[in-house]
Amino acid sequence: MARKPPDTPDQPRVGEGRLDRRGFLKHGAALAAVTTPAGAQATQAGGDLPWLHVPGQPFSAYGQPSPHERYTARRIGANRAVAGNGVSFTPLEDLDGTITPNGLHFERHHNGVPQIDPAQHRLVVHGRVRQALSFDVKSLLRYPMRSQMLFIECGGNSNAGWHAEPIQRPAGSVHGLVSCAEWTGVPLSILLDEARVDPGASWVIAEGADAGAMNMSIPLGKMREDCLVALYQNGERLRPENGYPMRLIVPGWEGVLHVKWLQRLEVGDQPVMSRNETSKYTELLPSGKARQFTFTMGCKSLITSPSHGQTLRQPDVYQISGLAWSGHGRIARVEVSADNGKHWTDAVLQSPALPRCFTRFRLPWRWDGKPAVLKSRATDEAGNVQPERAALIAERGRAGYFHYHAIVAWAVEDDGLVSHTY
Amino acid sequence: MFRILISAAAATTLLTGCATPLAPRVEAPKLGVPVAADALAAQTLNVFPDGRGLPPGQGSVKEGAQLFVRHCAGCHGRDGRGGTAEELTGASRPLNHPAADKTIGSYWPFATTLFDFIRRAKPMTAPGTLNADEVYALSAWLLHANGLIAADAVMDAARLAAVRMPNRDGFIRVEAP
Repeated sequence: MARKPPDTPDQPRVGEGRLDRRGFLKHGAALAAVTTPAGAQATQAGGDLPWLHVPGQPFSAYGQPSPHERYTARRIGANRAVAGNGVSFTPLEDLDGTITPNGLHFERHHNGVPQIDPAQHRLVVHGRVRQALSFDVKSLLRYPMRSQMLFIECGGNSNAGWHAEPIQRPAGSVHGLVSCAEWTGVPLSILLDEARVDPGASWVIAEGADAGAMNMSIPLGKMREDCLVALYQNGERLRPENGYPMRLIVPGWEGVLHVKWLQRLEVGDQPVMSRNETSKYTELLPSGKARQFTFTMGCKSLITSPSHGQTLRQPDVYQISGLAWSGHGRIARVEVSADNGKHWTDAVLQSPALPRCFTRFRLPWRWDGKPAVLKSRATDEAGNVQPERAALIAERGRAGYFHYHAIVAWAVEDDGLVSHTY
Repeated sequence: MFRILISAAAATTLLTGCATPLAPRVEAPKLGVPVAADALAAQTLNVFPDGRGLPPGQGSVKEGAQLFVRHCAGCHGRDGRGGTAEELTGASRPLNHPAADKTIGSYWPFATTLFDFIRRAKPMTAPGTLNADEVYALSAWLLHANGLIAADAVMDAARLAAVRMPNRDGFIRVEAP
């Protein structure tokens, strides 16, 4: 029984841990009115607030978040022997909306962030082309550009989901190797056309200008279809940790293909079989065979509030809020359950729901003070439905490491503490 | 001084008789600077499974053993069985085991990947500083330590490309064209 029968009174299902959006909308105002006096009292201290009576700070050349928000920060997990080899996670549970601020976009570096002088940087397109060409940054800035809001997700995001026991960490510290930004850059098809690609070519090997010149192979068809050489991120030039002065954007495909500090594109007729597309970013199956070139990031969602480590202070109305995304296209639907998947209710999707972009979903929930298990389940426009963990493991085993996109469950205990559960 | 360059795509559609209308195409400047072939050859690092991209040079297992101790053992362990960096040798649990050992010998499908990766990325403290002979020698030692070539073997372009890795056919190409 996924939906409430039509003759049921329009009431939030207090005491059953179920969700009912229509019921809440009718009664939400009354609940809000009850809680207003406490809020009003807090604002009456205004007369003594010092910032009302002294001049404020002067202008700033580049704005920074309030010092009170200093703990909204990336969490870093790096190799203890090589500080620049590791990841930093976007604190998804501390953010709202769909755009990741540039200073909080997740990072995966293999050997640190190169400090590139843009005047010395070149992008070379070569291999199976009529004429190998070199582009400097100033030249690329003169080309026609396209802007697109897109998520980027590391293939290894959420990999703790394969563990036997549910990991107890904040949502962003497990699932935060995904971020969403507006990327602006030159469609790669323009540069490929200028170099005149041979008809027999089928792959392009992209290479970064980091220490180690990381290389990845990408099918030429995808490169022509919608890839960008991005120069801007959320309106400003790329941050160094996100590829300054230019990076590849491969919409909807796994993060490692979005080669940062892009310096070289070799057009060819086969993949190079680099270390990162063979021994890494491949998924071992129970049979002992491994899935390779699994490019598209799956249909996925995550409740960011309430989520691990947060506490519900008392039985009351809470806003369930989260993110959904799919490498296959737009998010069509997100359902939320408060009873571990027995009943599901459609969440409200924040519009516009753009293809291969974060979509914010929200749903009010009246918590009755009893144990509950919160889940979200995304469906994309291609009909892909986010799987339950058991179904994903039945299909893939638990040794694949990459491309974990199963439903995430948060347990709410009777004392209000939220933890991760399977 | 501004000129907006938009080609008459609709006219093209009519001329070719194509039924699908095309979006107006914004024309681009052509600012790419031609690159000479010899300049490219010196900068290109990609090494393909068929050996294309491998440079002249050679290195032995014995030389590689010394280089491994000097450049790699600090992180990968003296015998390459792992340390702060991953295990490269010594697989005991097979790939269909729930905790499989994914070493070079058990998992990597192509020996040429060793050269491609070591030359560009190793050692991590000074990537790209090993010469071709040293990279062949390290590749040789890693293949030997995984039981794939003899202790007195020497690797060069032809020999490295000819090594058939045990897991060569272990991959399912899910979205490759």
